[in-house]
Amino acid sequence: MRETKTDRAFNIFNIVFLAIVALLVIYPLVFVLSASLSNPQYVLSGELWLWPKEFTLDAYEKVFKNEDIINGFVNTLKYTVFGTILNVIMTILAAYPLSRRDLKGRGFIMAFIVFTMFFSGGLIPTYLLIRDLGMLNTFWVMIIPNAVAVWNIIIMRTFFQSIPHELEESAMIDGAGNFKILWSIVLPLSFPVIAVMVLFYSVGHWNSYFQALIYLQDQDKFPLQLILRQILIQGQTDDMIKATSESFLAQQLSVEGLKYAVLIVANLPMLMLYPFLQRYFVKGVMIGSLKG
Amino acid sequence: MTKLDEGVGYVDEIEKSEIKKPLKNRPKVKKSARIEWKKSFKKNWELYLLLTPVILYFVVFHYFPLYGLQIAFKDFIATKGITGSPWVGFKHFERFFDSYYFWRLIKNTIGIGVFTLLVSFPVPIILALMLNEVKSLRYKKFVQTVIYAPHFLSTVVVVGMLLLFLKSDGLVNQVIMLFGGNSIDFITEPGWFKTLFVFSDVWQTMGWSSIIYIAALAAVDPAQHEAAMIDGASKFQRIIHINIPAIMPTIVILFILNAGSVMAVGFEKVFLMQNDLNMSTSDVISTFVYRSGILEAQYSFSAAVGLFNSLINFIMLIMVNQIAKKVSETSLW
Repeated sequence: MRETKTDRAFNIFNIVFLAIVALLVIYPLVFVLSASLSNPQYVLSGELWLWPKEFTLDAYEKVFKNEDIINGFVNTLKYTVFGTILNVIMTILAAYPLSRRDLKGRGFIMAFIVFTMFFSGGLIPTYLLIRDLGMLNTFWVMIIPNAVAVWNIIIMRTFFQSIPHELEESAMIDGAGNFKILWSIVLPLSFPVIAVMVLFYSVGHWNSYFQALIYLQDQDKFPLQLILRQILIQGQTDDMIKATSESFLAQQLSVEGLKYAVLIVANLPMLMLYPFLQRYFVKGVMIGSLKG
Repeated sequence: MTKLDEGVGYVDEIEKSEIKKPLKNRPKVKKSARIEWKKSFKKNWELYLLLTPVILYFVVFHYFPLYGLQIAFKDFIATKGITGSPWVGFKHFERFFDSYYFWRLIKNTIGIGVFTLLVSFPVPIILALMLNEVKSLRYKKFVQTVIYAPHFLSTVVVVGMLLLFLKSDGLVNQVIMLFGGNSIDFITEPGWFKTLFVFSDVWQTMGWSSIIYIAALAAVDPAQHEAAMIDGASKFQRIIHINIPAIMPTIVILFILNAGSVMAVGFEKVFLMQNDLNMSTSDVISTFVYRSGILEAQYSFSAAVGLFNSLINFIMLIMVNQIAKKVSETSLW
């Protein structure tokens, strides 16, 4: 069928419109990258628009020499790895039994879990609980209070339910117990959904700062996001630069460069992996939306 | 009728039938139920075992804080614990309602919530409808990859970028001055807070939020479009009369969830964007709870404020759900 004039106009408008949207999204990111690779002088004077000016890796050198940042990076890595492992295990433990139609009481248990999504005790009672459990300012507080997310249980349960029932039944007839069915039939078929879970949870851990802000006191336990907050938002960069014997103006410039570089360093792992993992993320949203 | 409704009706029926039945039949019903439980437990004990840590987790970290909420009606004394502290009724609620901050907090919380709903909610729908019309798959994929990316940035990073771009010698002010304007103090000017909050939110979430609508649009039957084309419908007409009605149920469900959380303005981003100078427009209930509770250790008072907020959120969700049920026959439950 031939396109009418109005449809042609619509198509052109559509392509231009989306191009503008994409540009608006990507420009700030490109600017940060370029600024981090430039002499900060040009950033402050407004001469930098798109490409790096006077290419330099000075700022990155400062980032990697900074103990707080490195320490935060290592902490975040620890919280992310162990947190995600616990998350995924707990999600499977919850989702598999709840996906089985022959489990008595499953409706009640599901309601018991889902209710917490809509009504919670809130910040203060939770804080008092964590305090009474002696978890304040420990490694565990970054992992255990967020051991599992309801929404992800729902996603995984939906996936398990889509596995053909006959597979489980025939295994049962062959005398396999529930553990065996889960381990050697269900889980091997569940790689896509486990990948989705690993991604969702690990991005969550990598990016979170709230938990640490509330429950951690020692600087040496802080995750990267809290260090970033100190540098980018509270402007606590004095002690990072002071060590060097630069003039005041040079220090100002160093701080500026450091801010852009630290933004890149904090996001690089995520943004580099993301184009390859995108389809898994999208898949996760789709599975969730089926039921949700 | 939804599943939950059916469940409730079912329980009613059992109770009614039990009442009607002669007395001696009753224990029999109970007994067979018990036997059934036993059978299920025997067959699936491993499954219950798997669930145990999960249930323990929810009891400890979600239901125990609900029990702890009673300190909102008490004067919490650490040495006496939650149960031992004396009851004081609605004292803390009254103090909050009478406080100087009350209306300011309500105004800011609702203001940010409604503004976010009005702007952040429709944008992904429009985006999805337009992406759906792109013929070149490669172009579509490219745009999608780009607009999903900010979803993976942390709140700290987004606010950090915002501050870098908007400070007095930042990129935005340099552009303004290039065109002869005066530099604007975006960060500390209270009037700018909501706008910055909402539009940076749109920037970060619009792509990701459009995924659900794109998925819903993919399910539209192409035969409908072909029939409409034969009748001479333009692309725009087909979007209005075929695509939008097709994704309406999705829109309604997401609207319920979003409208229900209008007063649940998240802590994380507001807190980071807050400073001493913009407090008059940036202070919301959740940041107030953090300050008075965690920083000033007024546990009972801030628990009361938090409870007030969660109750409103819960009621809002139920109300919006009821309205949606009446108007469009789509609802959460």
